[in-house]
Amino acid sequence: MSFSFHLATPVTRLAAWAIDKATVMAAWSVVSSLIALLGIFSEDLARGIMLVGFFVVSTGYGIALEWRWEGQTLGKRVMHLRVMDERGLPLRFSQVVVRNCLRAVDALPVAYLVGGVAALLGRKSQRLGDVAAATIVVHEAPVQTAGLAGLEVSKYNSLRGQQHVAARLRTVTPPALANAARQALLRREEFEPEARLALFRDLAGHFRRVAHLPPELEEGISDEQFVRNVVEVLFVSAPSQTKVTGRGGEPAAPAA
Amino acid sequence: MIINLEKFAAAEEPHWRRMEEILQKRQRDPWAVLTLEQARELDYLYRRVAADLARVTASAAEPELRQRLERLVARAYAEIHGTRGAGTVRFHPWHWLTTVLPQTFRRQWRAAALTVIVTILGMIFGGFAVAVDPEAKHAIMPFPHLLGDPSERVAEEEAAMSDRLQGHKAGFAGQLMTHNTKVTLFALALGMTWGVGTIILLFYNGVILGAVAVDYMLAGETTFLFGWLLPHGVIEIPAIFVGAQAGLVLARAVVSRADGRALGVRLRAVVDDVATLAGAAALMLVWAGFVESYLSQYHEPAIPYWAKILFGCLEGALLVCYLGLAGRKRTASGGRI
Repeated sequence: MSFSFHLATPVTRLAAWAIDKATVMAAWSVVSSLIALLGIFSEDLARGIMLVGFFVVSTGYGIALEWRWEGQTLGKRVMHLRVMDERGLPLRFSQVVVRNCLRAVDALPVAYLVGGVAALLGRKSQRLGDVAAATIVVHEAPVQTAGLAGLEVSKYNSLRGQQHVAARLRTVTPPALANAARQALLRREEFEPEARLALFRDLAGHFRRVAHLPPELEEGISDEQFVRNVVEVLFVSAPSQTKVTGRGGEPAAPAA
Repeated sequence: MIINLEKFAAAEEPHWRRMEEILQKRQRDPWAVLTLEQARELDYLYRRVAADLARVTASAAEPELRQRLERLVARAYAEIHGTRGAGTVRFHPWHWLTTVLPQTFRRQWRAAALTVIVTILGMIFGGFAVAVDPEAKHAIMPFPHLLGDPSERVAEEEAAMSDRLQGHKAGFAGQLMTHNTKVTLFALALGMTWGVGTIILLFYNGVILGAVAVDYMLAGETTFLFGWLLPHGVIEIPAIFVGAQAGLVLARAVVSRADGRALGVRLRAVVDDVATLAGAAALMLVWAGFVESYLSQYHEPAIPYWAKILFGCLEGALLVCYLGLAGRKRTASGGRI
């Protein structure tokens, strides 16, 4: 069993950092106003606490939030990023501390240039702090499962009753191509008219070649409609054709 | 293989949702202890969702669904195999201070020794440079007040009738703490340059220290020098050693490939020690900042030099005892750590 993570790009990480920077400055403006009130009693004490306070807030912000929010700061939340152990395990506190301590080098000479270059050159898109702490930053975009909604499965499908055709199509169609055809249908409105025609012409041509269809099944059907019919028989099999695998209980099309 | 996506998703959705609920609950309170039933349910759902992911990966299912299941499986994997829950002891400051920190320092004693050696070499270089060529001070000293004649400065300090730091002590302490902590963390971070940057920074600090020491000694102001530097220096300088020690521990993990372990594995093995040493250095510098601001800058007749030197020696002795003896325990092999 393997699973993959979508590594965050240096650009999105920089955007998250900018949000965090703005957050720290905003928070500090509030905190410093409160500290300034100490000036009533002692200006010296207020100045001392200001100096230490800014250092603690600016350094501690990342450490505190990444630990409390399991690898996220406010900026990372907005940009859907998360820091995690490079093995996919939760962060240890020491990792959070070390990756934030190394900002001192990553931020050099300006705007995280060292860290950015390291992330661009590295295989895991890690800045030096991530390398030292054995962490990665992943992109966690909210996932919308589309299903077959939007396909506008037609009431009449000339392929639906042709079990041998459907079986042949499932046998010879690689999953990636089946998914590409389905995605083409789902996103059909996003294409320029010419591009849309060309795309479905190519797809329909391919399916016609591999399916060896009787001519009457294609009569009066546009390329796009034909691809829709093919996708329907690929993804939605008739009850008579499904088999229960016994693991998830879900029906599956026969795989040759 | 091409699966009936609609039916598959409809059948499995309740399990995926339940898994999401459990993981969100765990995220809200990672320290909560699972009951046996909850653990079993999590394990069952993890296996089930992993099986679903295997099916989806091998099928023509949409990438969005695969991503969703991948994320679920990844989060569950982290929850089950991670060490943040029952396997992790919560942070106990007192235990960390009395046991973890000194043990970590001793465990990484080679790196600590190297920081001391490099600093001493820098001191010898700086001292020799100033002894041979007094004009070298202008190239070495980073602060203008160190460029003048030491005897003049001592006379000026001892003749001062008022508290020159009056109304500035807290600000000065804050400045010292933050500046020195930044420098120390920088020394730590430079460990990623295979330790070269850390060693250069240590050597440079040693050069300044040696140059100042020899400058004052040659001017016959040794007592003033010790009275001025010892109270805060016996903590501040070791704090920089500790920060640099952490940098060298990082460096060793980066460069040592002899054991055949991957870089990530080597770094993961030392990351706890590096964080502990970074925390130790920061704490020491807070103390040193207070002492420098509130004690070191006051000289005779305000505070006798012997008292300041004695205070510094006591601090140093306590630090040595703490780092050398605190948290010692007998290991299984009969040794002590």
